[in-house]
Amino acid sequence: MAVVTFMSYDGDEHEAPLEEGSSLMQVATNNAIPGIDADCGGEAACGPCHVIVDPAWADKVGRSGPEEEEMLSMNPDRQPTSRLSCQVKASESWDGLTVQLPESQW
Amino acid sequence: MSSARAVVVGASHAGAQLVTSLRQGGWPGEILLVGDEPVLPYQRPPLSKAYLAGKLGLTELALRSEDFYIKQDIKRVAATVEEIDRSAGELVLGTGDRLTYDALALCTGARPRRLRAKGADLDGVYYLRRSSDVEGIREDAIPGRNAVIVGGGYIGLETAASLRALGLHVTVLEAADRVLERVTAPKVSAFFTRVHQSEGVDVRTNALVEALVGDSRVREVVLASGESVVADLVIVGIGIEPTTELAEAAGLVVDDGILIDAHARTSDPTIVAAGDCTSQDMPRYGRRIRLESVPSAVEQAKVAAATICGKDKEIGALPWFWSDQYDLKLKIAGLNTGYDDIVLNGDPLSDRDFTCYYLRGGELLAADCVNRPRDFVTSKRMIAQGDRVDPGALERTVESRGTS
Ligand SMILES: Cc1cc2nc3c(=O)[nH]c(=O)nc-3n(C[C@H](O)[C@H](O)[C@H](O)COP(=O)(O)OP(=O)(O)OC[C@H]3O[C@@H](n4cnc5c(N)ncnc54)[C@H](O)[C@@H]3O)c2cc1C
Ligand code: FES
Repeated sequence: MAVVTFMSYDGDEHEAPLEEGSSLMQVATNNAIPGIDADCGGEAACGPCHVIVDPAWADKVGRSGPEEEEMLSMNPDRQPTSRLSCQVKASESWDGLTVQLPESQW
Repeated sequence: MSSARAVVVGASHAGAQLVTSLRQGGWPGEILLVGDEPVLPYQRPPLSKAYLAGKLGLTELALRSEDFYIKQDIKRVAATVEEIDRSAGELVLGTGDRLTYDALALCTGARPRRLRAKGADLDGVYYLRRSSDVEGIREDAIPGRNAVIVGGGYIGLETAASLRALGLHVTVLEAADRVLERVTAPKVSAFFTRVHQSEGVDVRTNALVEALVGDSRVREVVLASGESVVADLVIVGIGIEPTTELAEAAGLVVDDGILIDAHARTSDPTIVAAGDCTSQDMPRYGRRIRLESVPSAVEQAKVAAATICGKDKEIGALPWFWSDQYDLKLKIAGLNTGYDDIVLNGDPLSDRDFTCYYLRGGELLAADCVNRPRDFVTSKRMIAQGDRVDPGALERTVESRGTS
């Protein structure tokens, strides 16, 4: 089973099974990962589903789209590999992926 | 595990968040989520958007998977709660069974306001609140048919956009002199009217429905002016009413919603409530307000769960809302009630992206941002901080952006 690791700001690790086609946000909420809130249900409208993708994975996971980019650009925790997890469609080929949660979601 | 049992009544945005936050907040005992809809708790906003347009299925609407509830040891109970017996600490279910509780949360939401006109009970007349409503509408939404939407609010306009995408002829009837009259400035209303007209929707304002006429099915809508509009199906979106009967019968204070304090406590401090069924005094606006939105339901539910877990958390997040129509993504930060001035950033009469800022006494109250996510994020922050703004500067950002 392919697994993604969500790492909280203070280094706590939470693993969740990757489900093909679900968004990373859905993977997180379905597995009660603390620190990922999805108040808008995946509309790229709220923000606290922000994750920072391990740079080694950034190309595989893909970059942010235009609307997502505008939302992220205003975020003080923004990193080069930041994504809104609701906009990332998970793939079972991503076994071992690690994403970090920003300080504001701690 | 302690035997204390928390029961949440109503399994939608507020209820599903509340049970989740209860578990995360360390509630040690049983958690029961009681709901009368026969499906996993799901997202309502897509009902008038992607779900109606057929771009999303019911499984994709689910807020959380079945597995989640099992793993988190949250028991879902399919039942209608008929009565709260506060002295016994029990709920009476539709089946006659009784359910004891140690902590109780009401998340009973709202239901559509019914159209009071002759013929409103004909076949082919729909409301839009539940996934089952949409399934009915979708069966009837055959390309080329005439759909009449009563009510030019967000739900009515979103439904119009979705039905156009499905290839129906669409007429929107709005009783006021402009669409979105209760919620936006006239220029923003004019913008949405223009867009809908250009997409082929017949938008009629000052259009008061007198009667729905048909055989067994609706065939036309007759207006107070005497005009009539051909209708194969009618969708009514004229607002909602909070579901407060349970609370009222139990003697809780209800004032256009179950009254809650900053900790989401009802007038009985041992019972909390969250979501569309509540109203609260909001210091930011100096009055009692009933919000109808997912972000507010989620915020109140988190606070309600904290209160049950004995933590000190207050409802404080800035209200916000969104609406999708065609390629337009409207995001609204704050509430514009009581505004005395607006500043426009972009031109709603010609552009497809702009921001309308609402000010009161020089302070930013709210912002309607159309296809401007950046303005939305900045506005949310400025409003939450209570920033005074320079109207000239708000407008100028427009000009520099206009050319980019
Ligand atoms: C078509 C549509 C589009 C929308 N679009 C947006 C949008 O874009 N953005 C936004 O923020 N908001 C939107 N909303 C509003 C949003 O859906 C609501 O604010 C939200 O659903 C409120 O959640 P809630 O849990 O408080 O109540 P509800 O969603 O109303 O749920 C209450 C639940 O409790 C159940 N219930 C009630 N009484 C009992 C009882 N006695 N026993 C058992 N169960 C009971 C009900 O059947 C229901 O399942 C939209 C709503 C609709 C209908
Ligand atoms: S869930 Fe709201 S932005 Fe991702």
